[in-house]
Amino acid sequence: MPHASLADAPPATPAARFRQAYRWMLLARTLEDKIAALYHSGKIVGGVYLGRGQEAFSASLALNLRPGHDIFAPLIRDQAGRMAFGEPILDTARTYLGSALGPMRGRDGNIHRGRPDLGMPAMISHLGAMLSVVCGMLKARQFRGIPDAVGASCIGDGGTSTGAFHEALNLAAVERLPLVVAVANNQFAYSTPTDRQYACRDLVDRALGYGVQGHTVDGTDLAACLDTFQTAVHRARTGHGPQLVVGNLLRLCGHGAHDDGAYVPADLKAAPLGQDCLLLARQRLLRDFDASPTELDLLDSQAATSVQQAVATAQRDPAPDPTLESWQPLASRWLVETANSESP
Amino acid sequence: MSITYLEAIREAQRRALQENPEVFIYGQDIAHFGGAFKATKHLARDFPGRVLDSPISEDAMMGLAIGAAIDGMRPIVEMQFADFSSIAFNQIINQAATHFWRTGVPCPLVVRLPSGGTAGSGPFHSQSMEALYAHYPGLVVLTPATVGDAYWMLLEAIKLDDPVIFCEHKFLYYHLKADELPPESLPIGKARIVRHGKHASVVTYSAMLHESLRAADDLAKIGYEIEVVDLRSIKPLDTDTILASVARTGRLLVVGEAFPFGGVSAEVVARVTAEGFHLLDAPPQRLNARDTPIPYHPNLWAAHRPTASSIATALRGLLGF
Repeated sequence: MPHASLADAPPATPAARFRQAYRWMLLARTLEDKIAALYHSGKIVGGVYLGRGQEAFSASLALNLRPGHDIFAPLIRDQAGRMAFGEPILDTARTYLGSALGPMRGRDGNIHRGRPDLGMPAMISHLGAMLSVVCGMLKARQFRGIPDAVGASCIGDGGTSTGAFHEALNLAAVERLPLVVAVANNQFAYSTPTDRQYACRDLVDRALGYGVQGHTVDGTDLAACLDTFQTAVHRARTGHGPQLVVGNLLRLCGHGAHDDGAYVPADLKAAPLGQDCLLLARQRLLRDFDASPTELDLLDSQAATSVQQAVATAQRDPAPDPTLESWQPLASRWLVETANSESP
Repeated sequence: MSITYLEAIREAQRRALQENPEVFIYGQDIAHFGGAFKATKHLARDFPGRVLDSPISEDAMMGLAIGAAIDGMRPIVEMQFADFSSIAFNQIINQAATHFWRTGVPCPLVVRLPSGGTAGSGPFHSQSMEALYAHYPGLVVLTPATVGDAYWMLLEAIKLDDPVIFCEHKFLYYHLKADELPPESLPIGKARIVRHGKHASVVTYSAMLHESLRAADDLAKIGYEIEVVDLRSIKPLDTDTILASVARTGRLLVVGEAFPFGGVSAEVVARVTAEGFHLLDAPPQRLNARDTPIPYHPNLWAAHRPTASSIATALRGLLGF
């Protein structure tokens, strides 16, 4: 796993933390550009969902978590956060390419992947549904005497309109669970703008209604995201209950690779909200953190190499074989055999 | 000493809580209050912190149970009424049912559904949901009809590494009693021949078992010996026992309290027709509730669901073919 050591220990200084986050953002962007290219050349079936423009927000959340101790339930635009939490880059390549060796073994694809035994549940498509699952994982850890484990999940502005979101946030507050919910307010749910999604002044106002603490952050600003999530995760970990973090940003792509996002107005793209967090972070590294263009070019080429290797490996992997597939949905195999004994 | 169907469910939960620290119960009004039907009476007192009141949020209750299950616990969720599990439908069928198949990580939990009709309960407190859940791969669906099965099948359900939909019948909660719990029971997935006969087979489950047995008593008075099979488990479905019964009698009536369209009775008839056509001396029949919502008034309700009388009428028609 490339850069595996990055997930192990949080760096000591803000500068080192910023640089570490930048590398995950860069790797995510590079990987997703490649995945999109594979999709457009017909090498990937099904959907492709990109986190372009949300890398700073996603990576900042995950970098403030403790892999192996905390829980992270990513959603569809969290490639950066997934890798920062410890998901191998090969998991992405293998799941998109349908490898039999990936975590989903061709049974599920694209962003519907996870490693629940490592604290990263595999999302289902139904928005809001993962939040209460994280609540349950936290509850399990409380029962097992690990009360300081934090659980985090991500969602978009559209997902906040679901009943599942409301039920879970209310339940988390009632149970006073150390849950951090990151809302990427990326201005569009597929093609629907926020004025057809919610009518409150600001999504963060909902926190008050649930009795949870709310935070707002400029999602294009990596340093601000790192600071905000550090505060939110710390608050959750130290017994202050659920935290709702709203990141304002713009989705810099369509809903999926099939969608060109032509409905996003040009003035929104030109506004500060529409800036590219990766580009801003790069500029900041050069300006404030003593990075040299040569060093950043080297990071670019390292990311490209990691992506190339992962995709090449996944492309050489065996595809799932229907004749070898068990076709058994139950863990209790003896029950499946009873049920299917009459099948032709 | 005697024990009711409801007490058997409570005692099974008590034993599971005693024997396994991974077990906890989550649901509405189940802690201090002991549950709408008192299925968890005193359990919160006796197992502090492990029998928890939830907000009225079936989706989130179920999601919490799923998260706990995939993280090593064995939760039991009490839905206050089976009908309200519709709010949790997404979590049950898309999250719990698919989890092991998608990820290889088991999702061991039990959803207790107080099911079926009682007089005056109306459209939203009377439903039987077993066919809906059985439709989805990845779930085990159980429908105990006896005190012993309520106890032993619930204990076995909690031990299973899969999500189990446990349909307990509200009509049986207080009415059905046994002198004592049997020392053991058939395993999940096996149907039981409750009454042996040779002229026709009634295949049924849950509260309809008892209506069917009364109908068989009626038919016995005019000389017919009716075999009665209790499915016990809807999924997996014990097709072998059903076919063996039809092989003995040549005639099949399937009785269920649920709505008729696409239900358990349709599944049984389809299987027997496909695999045991040569065993049949008459067209297989089924008897279900009417295809309307479940009425409130006892007069209407009694005419909505199958009863001993309507089952006996159906049997006479089948025997006369």
